[in-house]
Amino acid sequence: MNARFKDKEHLIRMGALFVGAFVLFLILRAVFVPKGFGAYGHYRAGALADNRDHALVFAGRRACEDCHSDVALVRKGSKHERIACEACHGAQSAHASADDPAAAKPKLPDAKTLCLVCHQDNVAKPKGFPQVNPKEHGDGGPCTSCHKPHHPEVS
Amino acid sequence: MASDRREFLKTTGTFLILTGAASLAWDQILAGEPEKAPNYNMADHWWAMAIDIEKCIGCGNCVRACKAENGVLLEPFYFRTWVERYHVPEGELEHPQVDSPDGGYDGFPEKYRHGDGSKNFFVPKLCNHCAHSPCVQVCPVGATFESPDGVVLVDKSYCLGCRYCVQACPYGCRYIDPRTSTVDKCSLCYHRITRGLTTACCETCPTGARMLGDLKDPLDPIHEFLRTHKVQVLKPQMATGSKTYYNGLDGSVR
Repeated sequence: MNARFKDKEHLIRMGALFVGAFVLFLILRAVFVPKGFGAYGHYRAGALADNRDHALVFAGRRACEDCHSDVALVRKGSKHERIACEACHGAQSAHASADDPAAAKPKLPDAKTLCLVCHQDNVAKPKGFPQVNPKEHGDGGPCTSCHKPHHPEVS
Repeated sequence: MASDRREFLKTTGTFLILTGAASLAWDQILAGEPEKAPNYNMADHWWAMAIDIEKCIGCGNCVRACKAENGVLLEPFYFRTWVERYHVPEGELEHPQVDSPDGGYDGFPEKYRHGDGSKNFFVPKLCNHCAHSPCVQVCPVGATFESPDGVVLVDKSYCLGCRYCVQACPYGCRYIDPRTSTVDKCSLCYHRITRGLTTACCETCPTGARMLGDLKDPLDPIHEFLRTHKVQVLKPQMATGSKTYYNGLDGSVR
């Protein structure tokens, strides 16, 4: 027995070295690999929460219609019914989430420029889409004198 | 001496197996808890985008909304989404003229005329949220990834700004944000879709040319859309597993 293990010293030394290197590896790994890395894949799981953690700018149509149900009613059945409020009125999260929404009142868009954002004629627009050349269409007045933006059909 | 060698191999072997097991266990310890999200379960969603080119009017609402929602720089070379105008002279599928003035931020001033024998149309572009993203494959540090709900996201705190992914994306959907020197791209409004809202571009699209869809939700209208339209993804030959489906995609579109 003793004869067999008389040269064990170098094995113990090597083993200690191996254990030391492994502990060092674990320490370095703990320092350099961020928390949650690899939970879902080769990335930091916390990055998902980071991407979620971003304030809203557009409140979403439902938030608008919670209060402005009267406007939703006016728009019913019109060609503009399916357009979200913020497509024309701009981002309104500041208004919708304000303690006093009336104080953070959004600016009324300028109809003359706003209508043409969509309805200015352009060769590349789909054929069926209603387009006008403002120089030829109407009498030069604001679009809103004939068309109501929330229900644009002229009756 | 032979038995000594056997002994040595046995001990070392056992030791290696043990350390391997310990390392695996340590992985589990370091992984931490799954992300807490009370009302949103990632496993229940698989996000995609459907785009109907035949409905796009090139108004630029999506480009403006995206920049506002995500705080994208206003200079005309930083876009998470943009709109291209294609001008294809008859039969010249391989040589379309493409322009995108300021990404379509201010719309498209008329440039072409009716009856010149060409076809003209708009193509909205954004990250295709590929299921097998080339950009994810080249990231050397795991700073960009496909989330379990099918969105290609960027870990800004971990990105080195090495630009490999910018070059790898076949759709040109990535740019380096000079403020942080990290990469930036469409996140499919991850902060919105995880709260039950649609993306800023879909929210403000006046014609419904863009449609966010959840492929794991059997009631989502995107299924009906994909069934009833002839759809195509961009550069299908690259096998990126793109999840942005275009209806009416012309062969000239790159």
